[in-house]
Amino acid sequence: MNTHVFSDTSVMLGRSLRHVTRSTDTIITVTIMPIAFLLLFVYVFGGAIQTGTDNYVNYLLPGILLIAIASGISYTAFRLFNDLQSGIFERFHSMPIARSSVLWGHVLTSLVSNAISVVAIVLVALLMGFRSSAGVLAWLAVTGILILFTLTLTWIAVIAGLSAKSPDGAAAFSYPIIFLPFVSSAFVPTASMPAPVRAFAENQPVTSIVDTIRALFEQQPVGNDIWVALSWCVGILVVAYVFAMVAYRRKMA
Amino acid sequence: MEASNATMQVHGLRKSYENLHVLKGVDFDVAHGSIFALLGSNGAGKTTIVRILTTLLKPDSGTASVDGFDVVSQPARVRESISLTGQFAAVDEILTGRENLIMIAKLRHVKSAGMVADDLLGRFGLADAARRRVSTYSGGMRRRLDIAMSLIGNPRIIFLDEPTTGLDPEGRIEVWKVIQDLADSGTTVFLTTQYLDEAEKLADRIAILHDGTIIVSGTLEELRKLLPPAKVEYVERQPTLEEIFLAIVGSDKKEQP
Repeated sequence: MNTHVFSDTSVMLGRSLRHVTRSTDTIITVTIMPIAFLLLFVYVFGGAIQTGTDNYVNYLLPGILLIAIASGISYTAFRLFNDLQSGIFERFHSMPIARSSVLWGHVLTSLVSNAISVVAIVLVALLMGFRSSAGVLAWLAVTGILILFTLTLTWIAVIAGLSAKSPDGAAAFSYPIIFLPFVSSAFVPTASMPAPVRAFAENQPVTSIVDTIRALFEQQPVGNDIWVALSWCVGILVVAYVFAMVAYRRKMA
Repeated sequence: MEASNATMQVHGLRKSYENLHVLKGVDFDVAHGSIFALLGSNGAGKTTIVRILTTLLKPDSGTASVDGFDVVSQPARVRESISLTGQFAAVDEILTGRENLIMIAKLRHVKSAGMVADDLLGRFGLADAARRRVSTYSGGMRRRLDIAMSLIGNPRIIFLDEPTTGLDPEGRIEVWKVIQDLADSGTTVFLTTQYLDEAEKLADRIAILHDGTIIVSGTLEELRKLLPPAKVEYVERQPTLEEIFLAIVGSDKKEQP
């Protein structure tokens, strides 16, 4: 194997991160939009939502973080698509570099840029009254789950980026994923929903992830939720990775 | 092999896409340090050959070796020897010209990447634009940057797939000069083009790809002999539009270092 995997990947990461920091559009969508959601739901709709807690920011934050990540990964698909179109992918592949670094550069960029927007959103939430009694271990667990969630969605984005026919197509796959938190326990308790909607909401991945993070923040027992959440993430991650590799081989035959 | 001087040897190369037979048995050799031009109309399969030789595509059958390494079984070794400048300038639009060069220098593990970048920026008349994003560059500047990126690490063989397509006359002449300099310094240049004058001007050997095979190959002199000997005729010679254009615009280049 190539001995330069790490240095090649870090060059790719540096390149791709510049694409993020030089695109105001990206920064606005992945950070400002989720913060706007947070403000909207806390200060506009929040008063009418009965969650059974007195701090709606606490209730809302996990779901907002997932929405931020879901919208962030659409840019990974977009950047990947552009690389394929521009021919720079072919240039890299004709060079004596670790081929895996080309995709991993994009995947790591997604992790770094999403981590930055998550931190920014948590800081704003703190200003808005978010409080957590969680200890170091609970915070580490939250971080781990968010990283796993980002990684899972990023590999779905890789499939989209590799197989899309247009830049719009490359980004459009993320809309259903951004929408999933709305039909979950992220904004309102599922108990208030009609039976069929509730059945969907309670059995889709986002609810278990949101409930787990919420429980960790509140120092509550996570129960079964954490295992359901991890199974969803790891299961989808494995499937997405396999399909991404198939799409990659087809592109690079 | 009969030609021990050959740095590239291609035998019986075939490639089909479903029912479309693009290459139907392509054979040619490229001598070390020469400029080899592959001529053919659009869609003749020139890019397919380039992609096979640069390890981006596997042939259905046949063999191809580049710098002594088989493109199918030793692709990593081939990549050590080559550089590809594809048909569309493969540069990063969001990075600056200098950042593009430094990126490639780091990927090729060249020491003092910054110095290598600055040297190339000077040589290619891009010093003034070094710190501008490539998205602001003209077509000719992009192409020059693209070729400059291909020179990093001094690859022994450089593939240029239609390097002057879409360039203005001055841009073409600049690229021609770069190609000539490369060959003079001992680099083997594999060039595809659809412009006959380009091949005529630059190439040591020319191969014409038509209908999936190389129908003729040889030096320009050899190809000339395929036609009846020239007759002497008196023709009033008008300046070509290119000559007029260059005379009016002047050969003073916009981006001299």
